[in-house]
Parts: sequence; structure tokens; C-alpha cells
Amino acid sequence: MLSVSGLSAYYGRAQILDDVALEVGAGEVVVLLGRNGAGKSTTMKAIMGLVPPAAGSVRFDGAEIAGREPFEIARRGLGYVPEERRIFTELSVLENLEVGRRPATAALRPWTPERLFALFPSLGSMQDRPGGRMSGGEQQMLTIARTLMGNPKLILLDEPSEGLAPVIIERMAEAIRALKAEGLSILLSEQNLHFAQAVSDRATIIEKGRIRWSGTIPELLAADEVREQYLSV
Amino acid sequence: MENLLLQALSGLASASSLFLVASGLTVIFGVSRVVNFAHGSLYMLGAYLAFTLVTQLPRGHLGFWGGVVGAAIIVGLIGVVVEVLLLRRIYRAPELFQLLATFGVVLIVQDLALMTWGAQDLLGPRAPGLRGSTEILGLRFPLYELFLIGVGPVVLGLLWLLFHRTRWGTLVRAATQDREMVGALGVNQRMLFTSVFFLGSLLAGLGGALQLPRESVNLHMDLSIITEAFVVVVVGGLGSLSGAALAALLIGELHAFGILVLPKITLVLVFLVMALVLVVRPHGLLGKPEAAARGGQGSAAPLIGPAPPALRRLGLAALAVAVLLPPFLGDYALSVLTEMAILVLFAASLHLIMGPGGMASFGHAAYFGLGAYGAALAGQWLGAPMLAGLALAPLAAGIFGLVFGFFCVRLSGVYAAMLTLAFAQIAWSVAFQWVELTGGDNGILGVWPDRWAAPKLVYYYLALVLCLGATLLLRRVIHAPFGYALRAQRDSTLRAEAIGIDAFRIRWLGFGLAAAAAGIAGGLFAYAKGSVFPTYMDIPRSVDALLMVLLGGVHTLSGPIVGALALTGLQEQLVRITDYWRLVLGSIIVLLVLFFPQGLAGAARARWEARHGDA
Repeated sequence: MLSVSGLSAYYGRAQILDDVALEVGAGEVVVLLGRNGAGKSTTMKAIMGLVPPAAGSVRFDGAEIAGREPFEIARRGLGYVPEERRIFTELSVLENLEVGRRPATAALRPWTPERLFALFPSLGSMQDRPGGRMSGGEQQMLTIARTLMGNPKLILLDEPSEGLAPVIIERMAEAIRALKAEGLSILLSEQNLHFAQAVSDRATIIEKGRIRWSGTIPELLAADEVREQYLSV
Repeated sequence: MENLLLQALSGLASASSLFLVASGLTVIFGVSRVVNFAHGSLYMLGAYLAFTLVTQLPRGHLGFWGGVVGAAIIVGLIGVVVEVLLLRRIYRAPELFQLLATFGVVLIVQDLALMTWGAQDLLGPRAPGLRGSTEILGLRFPLYELFLIGVGPVVLGLLWLLFHRTRWGTLVRAATQDREMVGALGVNQRMLFTSVFFLGSLLAGLGGALQLPRESVNLHMDLSIITEAFVVVVVGGLGSLSGAALAALLIGELHAFGILVLPKITLVLVFLVMALVLVVRPHGLLGKPEAAARGGQGSAAPLIGPAPPALRRLGLAALAVAVLLPPFLGDYALSVLTEMAILVLFAASLHLIMGPGGMASFGHAAYFGLGAYGAALAGQWLGAPMLAGLALAPLAAGIFGLVFGFFCVRLSGVYAAMLTLAFAQIAWSVAFQWVELTGGDNGILGVWPDRWAAPKLVYYYLALVLCLGATLLLRRVIHAPFGYALRAQRDSTLRAEAIGIDAFRIRWLGFGLAAAAAGIAGGLFAYAKGSVFPTYMDIPRSVDALLMVLLGGVHTLSGPIVGALALTGLQEQLVRITDYWRLVLGSIIVLLVLFFPQGLAGAARARWEARHGDA
């Protein structure tokens, strides 16, 4: 579904990504693991076209999307959930969802506000509340729901567990499993190994802008030295 | 009492018109973060086009109202053309560049209107069905004014519905906060921005077209409405529709009653209110702190280093010419050279604020003018000799620079630019309206140099020495610890303060110093011209200063110097060879902003460095 190879990106003159390659199959949940500043967010932004890739290829659903504009990439069915959430604070929950709405294209069941409120019940009880007056966890759910309104085939989920209370993280994990059950493909970025292993099929580890390791979750759990080297703080 | 009611109603009518224009400006700013100077030109075009359509179409309701609406739609389309050809390409450029580019459009439109409609004022027909007047509480009041009073609230209501009840409106509000995120959700921002421009321009055009039965159509409508619209938008809070409505009401009534109560200071009053609001509420009445508009990546300003050897040689050669050539020149050439020397200092002083200081000033002419008036008034009222006048000039400008700067340097970005503009307009209004002291529009004449400096050649050398000296002093300042601190606070206020730099104090002193330097230039200018006028501190002169700095390039010290020489030379030549010099100058500005965003000196330097490796 998503196939990235040789991807590199720069901020000014500083190289942030170097020859990044990763794969996400249809219906698969892949986690991109790495420490702070390893290049996880930049990888997602480069895939999405928010950071122009300097080199490399990003193939999505059979077409090359590297160098395209973010809105074109989104229209092909790639959804992006940013780490900083970037809720429209002046807009109500429903209006936030409206901004994300796009006609359904995929074979997946189309999303409606009602279905999203079933997935995230707390959002349903605050449909008219401005985004700026929601808690961090509620905002996190809203940004996922907003992206789902575009009926994507694959979503880039940038550190969804960051800064959330354990109870909320648990609920987030349930939501992600539910999305996977719907047939949605997900590329997740995480520092929280515990959360990642609970929802993912495979893992790819990034460190200083380079991919260092790829494998299944059971393989990762067996490889103590890999976890020690790239993930322990 | 009756008079008061009439004034209140007429204030409402102006508020309504003002709101139409300001709402378009604020909507465009909200989404694109571009302060569109050309908005006033769109207003003027609306009036001209309405004149043409209404007089060409058959008389009657259909002809009149069809003409008004048709003009508004055409202006909307013109706005689209401007957006697609120009603004779309500079959304990521610094604010002052955008302001400058749209000012280029102002110049172009002025001359195009002059070519099309001529220089004379045009009087349009009155609105059919609204010709007469009606009686309100026993007072006669024109029907058309009443109609206008109704238009404002109706437009406000329609806009509210548009923004809160349609998908398009929801997208626009979302993009106002975070346009990049809206794009990542699959929305084509270009289409969105272009459509917003259409709406905003249409409102400006409508505002202009509706003036047709009220006042004559002329070539000065653009700048007079744009200053008022700026005031309204800034007082209301940039991007806030309801704020614009509130501020339009405030300013409209202030005008109406100001004339009754304090006819002498009506002009000052408006800008005084604006300054007051910005001092108390830095983001306007209903505005929110500028959400750092996402989407652009701030690029670090390049370091100001010593000039490359080639440039240094060129500078020395120019200096040699400036010193050795004049004895062989006539009086006219000497006047031009004197003016050039003065403007180099003027530009260099603004550069200190904008380049190393990282602050925006849209009213630098105030200090130039204050210097000029300081010298002239000292001569006229105190009989001060020229040298005393020249000493007083930087003092007067510097003191006012410190007073105005005390408020201005607390703000940033567009608001800072607008507050500096407000103070400059206050200074201008005082010079214009305090006739007893300043002679008003007639200025102060007979400001001649003392006898020893009267020959043009002597005065030229005097100006050259003072301007060159002051410019070198400014250069020294930039490379002194004070200059380091100034640049440090520009690059990161927080980090600068963390290492013990009092950012406010540094900015404040920098502002005052730049004002004093501009004052020297102003003083010299007064004696060179033999007279002082309010135009010395009007908006076009502030724009000239900006042009010189930005055209030259803000990141090099040679920039403003090159810019000053280029601009004065260019204007001098253009005025001589064509009546449509604004058209040419405006086009040059637009092209330069599009193709040389670093300015002339910046581009030359980049090219030189690319050829010779990193110098």
C-alpha cells in the first residue's frame, strides 16, 4: 500500500532523513519507533509532502506521490494525524470534522460523524464545543476523527500516545485496533514501546534519520540488544 | 441636539461604507496574512468602473444597480488576477515585502486609472429612487445615506452566515488558523485563497461603487480609504469581522463628532485613537494574538559581514566620484547629488531598525519630517542659525523617536508596522492642521542655509560629510556590542534575554538612534530645499524609505545605500521621460519583489559569492 525508499529530507542545510525505506501493507499496522529527534515526525511529514523530500520515492496505492502537494496526497487517500494535534481551536467539534470531510473512495465503509462518535464516545457529548476548550486526550481523538472524515485508505499517526494519561492511552489503543479491524492501514510513530506492541504488526526503528532495524513485533521483543541500543532512554 | 442626531446618522453612513472596505481587507488578511495595500486601489476601481457602467447603461434602476453590482464583480475578478499573478508567489515572503509588492500594485493602478479615466474628478449620477431626503424627528436626512446605513449591517449578517453556515466558510476559518493543516486534510488552499481574494476584492469594489452618488470619483480615493481601512482593521483586530464592524462604527462616529467638537484635530484624533487602542490592547479590540501563521519556515538572517573586496572597491570608486566630480557640475546636478546623499542616510537609518533590529517601521518619514520641522521651526521662531538648526534636527527626531518607539517596539509584525504608521500620521496631521505653528499645507518657506553654506557646492560637501559620517557611525554601531545585542534579540528575544540582554531597552534605543539619524537627514533636506512641507512625513515618503531598504536588500549594509541611489536616480529619470512614471516604478517594484526577494545588493552579493565560493 505504502512503499518508501531512499527518502531524504533537509531543514535548511541540516539533513534530517537519510535513505529512509519502509513498507506498509494493506490492512497492516506498522510502527516507526525511535527516540526524540530520531526523524519520526519528519518521515511522516516528508511522506505527506509537508516537508519536501530532497530525494527518494514514495509510492502509495500504486502511484508515485513524492513531490506532490499535501492536498493532492491527501486526496489520494493518505490521512495525516499530526503530533501537535493542530485542532482548529475556534471551530466546534462538528466543524473540525467538516473541514476533514472528503467523499468516500476506498472500499472501506465511509465515515460519518455518528460512526466517529461511536468510536470516540466522549466527542459525541461535546459536538458544539470549540476545539480550544477540550482536554488533550479529547483533542487527540478529535484530530484522528477529523482525518478519518476524509475516508483515507492509510493514516499516518504521529505519536498518538504522547502526553496522555494511561487510561486514555488504553482507550486510544482500543480505537486503533478497531480501525485496523475496519481494514484501515496505519503507519504509527511512537516512543512508547508498550503502547506500540499492543497495536502493531511490525516495527521499523529509526535513529538519527536512518532506518536501523525492521521486523515483526515478536522479533523485536526477542531482540534485547536492538531495544537496548535504539530505544532505551 | 438636532445637529447631534444628524451627525450621528451621517457617522453611521460613513461607518457603513468603511466597514465594507475594511471587512474585505480583514477577511483577506485573516487567511493569507497579507496586508493588502492595493485594497484601496480596488475600492477606487470600483468607483471608476461603476461610473463607466452606470453612465453607459440605460438610465433607471436596472442601469444603476446593475452597474454598481457589475463593477463590484469586475473588481472581484481583478483581485483574483492580482492574487494569481502576484500574491500567490509571495505568501512566504516577509510582511514588509508583501506590503511593498501591493504598494507596487497601487502605483500601477493609479496610472492605469489616469490613462483610462483622466485626471479630472468625475461626478456620477444619483441613485434612482433614493434621490430625495426624508424627515427624521423633524430633520431632513438624505435617503441614500439611510440606505447606506442599512447596507453595512446587511453585509455583516451575510458574511456571518457565509462564514458560519457554509462549508466554504468553515474551511476559510480553519485556514485562518492553520492553513498547512487544512491542506494536509485535502483542501486545495490555492483555490481557497483565490476565492477569498475574490470575496474581499468584491467588497472593496462594492464599497467604492456605492460611493458614486455620494462623492466625486478621483485618483486620490485609494490612499485616503486605505489608511482609514487600515485603522479600522487594526483597531478592530486583524482578521476579526465583528471587530472591523465595531471599529468602523467607532471611527465613523469619531469623524462625525470630531468635526463638531474639535474641528482642528480631526485627523489626529483618528490616529490617536488607533495608537491608544494598540497601546492598551496590542491586538486590537477583538483581535487575538497573532497565531504564528503556520506554513512558512522562518529563515535565519544571514550574518552581516565585511563587504567583499569587489564591493569595497566599487564603494571607494563611488566615493571618489562623489568627492571629485561635483566641482565640475551645475546647480541642478548638485541638488540631485545632495538629495541622494541625504536619502542614503535616511535609508541607512531605517535599515538599522529593519535589518539588525528586526522591527517593522511603516512610518519612518515621521522622523525625517520631525528633523526638518525641528530645524525650520528653530530658524523661524528662535532665529537659530543653520548649524544650530542642524543640531536640533536629530534632537527633535530622536526625542520623538524615543517617545513613539516606547510603544512601537513592544509590538511585532503587522501591528508594529501599523502603530509606527499611526504615529507618523499623527505627526503628519499636526503639521497639516496646526496652521499657526507650521503653516499647514503651505509649509514653512525661506529655510535657507547660512551665507557661508549658501553656494550649492559648499552645501553639497556639508551634506556629504554629515550624511557619510552618520552612515559610517550607524555601521560602526551595528558592529559594536550594541549591534550584537540588537541582532541577538532579533534572532531570539527569549535567548537574548536569557543571557542578560534587556531586549526592550535595546530595541528602544535602536529605534531612537535610527530616528535621530533620520532627523539629521530631514534637517539637511530642509535647508537644501529651502522649505518644509507636511509631505516630508506622509505615507509615500515612508514607503520611499522602505523601498530603498528593501530594494537594496535588508540583510546587507550596502543594500540601503544602493537602494537609495537606485530609487532617487530612477525616479529622477522616470519623471523626466514619462508622465506615467508610477506605472513603470510600480511594475519595477513588483518584478523586483518577485525575482529578487533579497533585494538588489543581496542578489548581487549572492551571485558574487556563488561565483567565488563562500566568502
